[in-house]
Amino acid sequence: MVNYRANLMICGGTGCIAMGGLDLKDALEQELKGKGLDNEYRVVITGCNGFCAEGPILTAYPEGIFYKKLTPDNVPFLVEEHFLKGRPVEKLMYKEPEKKHAVPAMKDIPFFNLQVLRALRNKGLIDPESIDEYIARDGYLGAAKALMEMTPEEICETMTESGLRGLGGAGFPTGRKWASCAGYPSDEKYILCNGDEGDPGAFMDRSIMEADPHVVLEGMIIGGKAIGARQGYIYVRAEYPLAVKRLRIAIKQAREYGLLGENILGSGYSLDIEPYLGAGAFVCGESTALMYSIEGRRGMPRLTPPRSTEAGLWGKPTVLNNVETLANVPQIILKGAEWFRVLGTEKSPGTKVFALTGSINNIGLIEVPMGMPLRKVIYDIGGGVPKGRKFKAVQLGGPSGGCIPESLLDTPVTFEDITETGAIVGSGGMVVMDDGNCMVSVSKFFLDFTADESCGKCTPCRIGTQVMLDKLIDITEGRGKEGDIETLVDMSYDIIDGSLCGLGQSAPNPVLTTIKYFEEEYRSHIEEGWCKAGVCKELVTFYIDEDCKGCGACKRVCPSDAIWGEKKIAHHIEQEKCVKCRSCFARCKFGNVRTGPASLREELIKKQAVEA
Amino acid sequence: MGRITVDDLKKIKEKHQATFKLREGGNRAKVTVHMGTCGIAAGARAVMDALIDEMAAKEVKDVILTTSGCAGFCVKEPMATVEIVGEAPVKYCSLNADKMRKVLNEHVIGGNVVEEYALVVGSETSY
Repeated sequence: MVNYRANLMICGGTGCIAMGGLDLKDALEQELKGKGLDNEYRVVITGCNGFCAEGPILTAYPEGIFYKKLTPDNVPFLVEEHFLKGRPVEKLMYKEPEKKHAVPAMKDIPFFNLQVLRALRNKGLIDPESIDEYIARDGYLGAAKALMEMTPEEICETMTESGLRGLGGAGFPTGRKWASCAGYPSDEKYILCNGDEGDPGAFMDRSIMEADPHVVLEGMIIGGKAIGARQGYIYVRAEYPLAVKRLRIAIKQAREYGLLGENILGSGYSLDIEPYLGAGAFVCGESTALMYSIEGRRGMPRLTPPRSTEAGLWGKPTVLNNVETLANVPQIILKGAEWFRVLGTEKSPGTKVFALTGSINNIGLIEVPMGMPLRKVIYDIGGGVPKGRKFKAVQLGGPSGGCIPESLLDTPVTFEDITETGAIVGSGGMVVMDDGNCMVSVSKFFLDFTADESCGKCTPCRIGTQVMLDKLIDITEGRGKEGDIETLVDMSYDIIDGSLCGLGQSAPNPVLTTIKYFEEEYRSHIEEGWCKAGVCKELVTFYIDEDCKGCGACKRVCPSDAIWGEKKIAHHIEQEKCVKCRSCFARCKFGNVRTGPASLREELIKKQAVEA
Repeated sequence: MGRITVDDLKKIKEKHQATFKLREGGNRAKVTVHMGTCGIAAGARAVMDALIDEMAAKEVKDVILTTSGCAGFCVKEPMATVEIVGEAPVKYCSLNADKMRKVLNEHVIGGNVVEEYALVVGSETSY
């Protein structure tokens, strides 16, 4: 075995691969070989590192130096300087926004050092296609303990004591779910993993399956033993090809080692797991619809009870856990319930993974202890909103969640506190919005999604979401009427009360929260005919105010030559030519491009005609 | 490898310990071989190779091995700095493969500074 003195970890998450991570790997290996360093440096492709905004990413160990946005062109210099001569290359390192100096070590970068990794503990640290590397990080030791030393009751008790809750969004206590299923005697039971991550902007589960597929298998083995299942399925969407590939490799390796199949580790317990590819319907993330889908039926929810733990897949007692939930299980078994409760709050112990995206500097995947205030997540880890923009709201929980305004940013991230605001923790999508976002359009976007994804089985959801969507389209296109807001709220509660499954019951949340916190904005659309963020074309007139310095930046980006004015003298927008593309509004650094109500357009045209 | 047992899990873990010590930190010591132009010309490569081989042979798994540039005292190259956590760094000079092996065994593993090869203890003040 070659003894490498350093490891170069290239992020192999979907984001970094799309940015050219594999070309980087090839170039690096070739260059190291050329310099005769290939026996000293080992190049490893890992799962998602989490800092997707800076990809392709390379972390050089042992120093833990963090290089970002690398291209094959950077490789010769990097190898020569750092890997041969030992001089880390500052200009290729990550720099904190707003600061000039380079921050070399991962442990010194706030994005990394404020996080606590549990579900993501192996991200970027192991080769996801090597079972040995997983084992080297205590992999399968939790399963070994559960299989050799614990009874099913003890496993359920430990899980209940830990307080682990379903991290797919619902927050149901995992121990209680397992114990309930264990209580139904049956010769056939199933343990399922829900990898049907459907929220727009969410990629937590994808990342775990890509970066650390064995942890999902290990969690399922432990859960399977607790309930007495002999067969497991991982329901993963076909749109996640890399996750599917790595899960398949992991299952094959685990079978070879006898960690899946008959008589695992000689314990007498047997379990096999297969991946099941879903076709990407949002509703199939709902537990009963997911089980119908595996059975080969149309993915639609059914009435409960009976709960799945009593009669689930093929009518047999079944447990369905989310990927992130399962990723927490092995460590809880290995280190105990008390260890798990050290982080988080009394009712929401542990950590939560979030996909941080939208108008924020550090887009990526993060894991934080439950109870951390949103402000800390967004400003300290996320690095705040990009320069020149103002924070407006953060959307949590995707189409089932809601928008939280600035005034509530000190809300700690726990299941209860977030639900209190009207949003939900949900699967963990966190979309930050700035003052350029129109909240009516945001709720229209989510309603469009749920109306589209509604399976159609129950009327309130099928027709209700469509009617609400039509109302929102009317409001954003200038046909809003007095009373629309009240109608939207009324309908929301009807849909919540009358829908069969979680999709319908949560679909109105984005509308309700935006009305709750940004009612003004709905009113200005309806009453003033004015979308102040300048997003709804029918409800805005762009103009340049008198303070304009005449820098010409707006003029250069205008696609329709609608802006005129001499250099260093205030510019003007010719209203008849303006196509309301918003380019000048987004471009102006000084805030001199302004929005006015739609009615302003006529006034300005008249005024311009007089002046001419 | 076919079917494994719980003991095998622990053996696999043990086998990969060095790799993860590298990636996780938590090392006991760091040896820096100064590989500037002067160091390389004076034979730092042979010193480095000796170190790598000797560490593998002795199964040293909690020591970081790294390179850096010229230490500024070119006439004394090849040089190496041994830093044991919690102790002042020691610079060794005029090394060759054999001397390096001795430093590894006596200082890094044994804990005793090899005085005959040592140049200086501590590091320069920097602002």
